[in-house]
Amino acid sequence: MNGVHDMGGMHGMGPVEIEKDEPVFHSEWEAHAYAITIAAGFHRKWNIDMSRYSRERMPPARYIAASYYERWLFGLEKLLVEQGLVTATELETGRAESKWGGTRALGAPGVAAYLSDRLKARLDDDVPTKFKPGDRVVARNIHPVGHTRLPRYARGRRGVIDRDHGVFTFADTNAMSRDKKPQHLYSVRFAARELWGPDASARDSVYVLLWDDHLDPS
Amino acid sequence: MSEHHHHDDDRVSEHDRPLSGPALRVKALESLLVEKGLVDPAAIDELIDTFETKVGPRNGARVVARAWVDPAYKQRLLANGGAAIAELGFAGRGEEIVVLENTSKVRNLVVCTLCSCYPWSVLGLPPVWYKSAPYRSRAVIDPRGVLKELGGEVPDDVEVRVWDSTAELRYLVLPERPAGTEGWSEKQLAEIVTRDAMIGVAQVTVPAGSRR
Repeated sequence: MNGVHDMGGMHGMGPVEIEKDEPVFHSEWEAHAYAITIAAGFHRKWNIDMSRYSRERMPPARYIAASYYERWLFGLEKLLVEQGLVTATELETGRAESKWGGTRALGAPGVAAYLSDRLKARLDDDVPTKFKPGDRVVARNIHPVGHTRLPRYARGRRGVIDRDHGVFTFADTNAMSRDKKPQHLYSVRFAARELWGPDASARDSVYVLLWDDHLDPS
Repeated sequence: MSEHHHHDDDRVSEHDRPLSGPALRVKALESLLVEKGLVDPAAIDELIDTFETKVGPRNGARVVARAWVDPAYKQRLLANGGAAIAELGFAGRGEEIVVLENTSKVRNLVVCTLCSCYPWSVLGLPPVWYKSAPYRSRAVIDPRGVLKELGGEVPDDVEVRVWDSTAELRYLVLPERPAGTEGWSEKQLAEIVTRDAMIGVAQVTVPAGSRR
């Protein structure tokens, strides 16, 4: 979706300010927003791409104004209700109408293994590669209303395949219909001038991770 | 009043203060999830403790220091980041990591323009600035401006490569080893490697007054 989360190349957002000796969490609620989100994901009622899409659906004015963990909280509440773990009434009243009778909750001993496992997107499927390093490609000029990992600034731009990373879950379909649609993932190099015009440095480039379904030969 | 007592007082007042909007919502939601049996409070504590005390940029710093002192390790790291990082025992097994080597002619900069993808297993959770609109919007269109603002102007003859983390594959920058660290131990080297250098917005420097 052409949302405000797709920020690459926008102007007017102000300077980058690095906080010295920044704590991991700035308050207790941030720590808990993060932890309940990860723990609720253990039920596998959604995948990482669905959870990104849930945050992208925050209305744009709110998204811009919200802090990072407020976006997480928004996405978590949406997923819990959409996927039937919690009813809208329970969310509103804060009182459980019934116990969860499904999958067991993540326990403390399982935390380390779950953290290292939850993002796995590499697949064993034998899918032929469409491009090899050095091939010239063009990113498709597409504007899906749903989730996509093809940023707006790269659409319609010409690049070169830098590396083939092998076969991965395709985030765009995995977010919308849980269809993993196995295909190759590449680092694609775009010259800074191809993306931003003649004022950009001739030496510089931006590498974007894109899948077969984002690319055509050029 | 000692520092310690002062700290305790702060904690007390923190608890006395009324909870803000998101704080209230998180508290209510967590109680609901626990009551329903969807979330185990012990796992919540463990998840928070993991990133507050166990996993953070010190992990990445050890990877970098090892690569600086061990050329064979560095080769393995550049060929297969995830596997080489797992050799040091970090829970990076599930995280696909590509390591990007800085040289005198190439500077690498990592960003996630669409959300906040970041190599948790080696750097911990991302800092606020990395997840913020200014960095996400500007890193791709004006990397030299961002680097200059953060105190590290890049000479014209050095190439800047920006890496947008748009998939389940994470990037870690292998910074250049600074001059003046010849003969340092791996442990000493790890101490000077910063989080910002491993994201690519800074270079590793020898702190003033640092002696081997």
